[in-house]
Amino acid sequence: MEKSTAKKFHIDKTLRSNLITYSIVLAAFIIVQILISAGQISSLMKGLLVPLCIYSIMAISLNLTVGILGELSLGHAGFMCVGAFASSIFSISMMESIPNTGIRFFLAILVGAASAAAAGVVVGIPVLRLRGDYLAIVTLAFGEIIKNVVNVIYLGKDSAGFHFSMKNSMALNMAKDGTVILNGAQGITGTPKNSTFVIGVILTLITLLIVLNLINSRSGRAIMSVRDNRIAAESIGINITKYKLMAFTISASLAGVAGVLYSHNLSSLTATQKNFGYNQSIMILVFVVLGGIGNMRGSMIAAVLLTLLPELLRGLNAYRMLIYAIILIVMMIFNWSPKLIDFRKRYFHKNMAKKERV
Amino acid sequence: MKKSMKKLLSLGLAIAMAASLTACGSGKASEGTTAAGTDTKGEAQTTDAGGASGEGTFKIGGIGPISGSTAIYGQAVKNGAELAVEEINANGGINGTKIEFNFQDDENDTEKSVNAYNTLKDWGMQMLVGTVTSAPCIAVGAESTNDNMFQLTPSGSAVDCTKFENQFRVCFSDPNQGAASAQYIGENKLATKVAVIYDSSDVYSSGIHDKFISEAANQGIEITADEAFTADNNTNFSVQLQKAQDSGAELVFLPIYYSQAALILAQAKQMGYEPAFFGCDGLDGILTVENFDTALAENLMLLTPFAADAQDELTQKFVASFKEKYGETPNQFAADAYDAVYAVKAAAEKAGITADMDASAICDKLKTAMTEISINGLTGENMKWNADGEPDKAPKAIKIVNGAYTAM
Repeated sequence: MEKSTAKKFHIDKTLRSNLITYSIVLAAFIIVQILISAGQISSLMKGLLVPLCIYSIMAISLNLTVGILGELSLGHAGFMCVGAFASSIFSISMMESIPNTGIRFFLAILVGAASAAAAGVVVGIPVLRLRGDYLAIVTLAFGEIIKNVVNVIYLGKDSAGFHFSMKNSMALNMAKDGTVILNGAQGITGTPKNSTFVIGVILTLITLLIVLNLINSRSGRAIMSVRDNRIAAESIGINITKYKLMAFTISASLAGVAGVLYSHNLSSLTATQKNFGYNQSIMILVFVVLGGIGNMRGSMIAAVLLTLLPELLRGLNAYRMLIYAIILIVMMIFNWSPKLIDFRKRYFHKNMAKKERV
Repeated sequence: MKKSMKKLLSLGLAIAMAASLTACGSGKASEGTTAAGTDTKGEAQTTDAGGASGEGTFKIGGIGPISGSTAIYGQAVKNGAELAVEEINANGGINGTKIEFNFQDDENDTEKSVNAYNTLKDWGMQMLVGTVTSAPCIAVGAESTNDNMFQLTPSGSAVDCTKFENQFRVCFSDPNQGAASAQYIGENKLATKVAVIYDSSDVYSSGIHDKFISEAANQGIEITADEAFTADNNTNFSVQLQKAQDSGAELVFLPIYYSQAALILAQAKQMGYEPAFFGCDGLDGILTVENFDTALAENLMLLTPFAADAQDELTQKFVASFKEKYGETPNQFAADAYDAVYAVKAAAEKAGITADMDASAICDKLKTAMTEISINGLTGENMKWNADGEPDKAPKAIKIVNGAYTAM
């Protein structure tokens, strides 16, 4: 059926593959909506819907750096952190000036994306001069730096405007009516809860649209040529720095969007090792590797699976994290062991051969 | 290029595996007690089944970290609350209705905490005793107030933990602890020159620190050194201790958690610096740190509402049954949790709620009942609550003498 339509409309292979990716997201969205309206979905699942979108976006955006640009970034959670904090500060301080939640949240998303992109440029310029192992280690360091800087910033607002300090909240010297927005390590509390599943899905689709179109564009091909053979790319006049920075910045700003969703989903936001530290960065890298480097659809599915898994294992109590780790190992082996790939290929090809015969 | 990429990836994955394995390690450590917990739950359920007369049970949920670096607090709260639930059930429950208790892990992470909350909601929770740590408590608070679920945190000490009407707490808030510490030091003339070492990346620590500094001025205390560290460099304190020593401080105030405090005490000893040390309830648990020479903590003072060797009957009974059940001396968190469950019981009896009411109706009744009750708990006599959710009780200072907590 699909094949015949493909022939009729001359849909090429990449477009078809992209359409499948979009329709997976849409199908998941529709199924969930039906389940919600039928009341068949637990509170736990409802609460997980937005995080699933967040981690899908993170996985897709990191896959752009790792899979398409070919550089290993270990500090991706840092950009998420920038987006989260920038948008939270924006939302809280604009609470009165922009009473309409829709417009405010839309602007907050833009603010988050823009600030993460800015951080991407600042980090990218020195970092992208390096290659391979060095680049990975420096991104790891930058991710930690971003987290630590956020932890020492104090920001308050009163009638006279914004006050800023890096010492403690008392050094802000605010008037009596002032409120502390960002209170150092205590983070931000009271971010409005604007993230919804619908917005999350829309943002996931937009992320996919940006990344998939970039890959199939002239710039995308230039980026991939830098990945595959730097010297050859340089020799035909591709501006390596420009394309590297471009991919890195887009990837960072998409991570910023995920951060906006994150911060507007929980009412308290603190930068800890767990949510914006290297643990998180590695976790997202695990999504990417499990789903397939350069494979957007796969990394999205891996993100959903691995976010759901520890929650679904709650019944196992203390053994939960142990089982989770074992399942992770098994999945990695299943996906990437050469022997198993060989086995799956044989099996898959047999099926293909059968289909063709029919 | 490609090869190095692969190598790097395997390195990254190895790190991820190691990280998940350490998480397992801590999970395993708590295995023994958890197993005990599930056993008792099984028992409770069988007694329910035996005495089932169609009137149902109250479902109380708990949330806290029982894996990860703050597992000791969650575990203590879990044990303390379970003990209280068992006692109440053995004595006929709340107005004759038994309690079921379900504790969920949140790894001290806001996102996981909300997941745990939703899991409990699916289970049918009617009241929440939690969460244990502050940032998750704030995040869960936003959810619980939406659902109008009664929430009583045993140990969430940040100011915003009781921001909403449905939220109450058993412990002191951070600013209150800071102010109380400064007043205690000032009134008892423990020292006039004080150095502070605190964790600027931690909510609890910086919350106490800020209030302590501002209150110290009123008490005639001179802050000679104000030194910070963060979660990323919390193993070597020689610089901070050196500054404290050079500034001539007679007392070092440590508004931090016990694991760092244990290192500070050991390093101060090595330097030959022996001031008085004073801390808050975060230091509670220092005597149970593995491989820690308890002689180092000799004469350490801490302001905490609970001392395990207090002579009153209630504490002694609690400590004895806790030791018998879990094989360790309870800390303040366990006591807070124990009090929290009894506070819920007192409020529930006052409000006259029944097990067939839904969570929102229970919350409406308990909100007013909480401000009317007064209970004699482990962490204070005549504890009362105001509508802001803050408890009204007197802080106690305790001192470590001969390797044991002693009331001062």
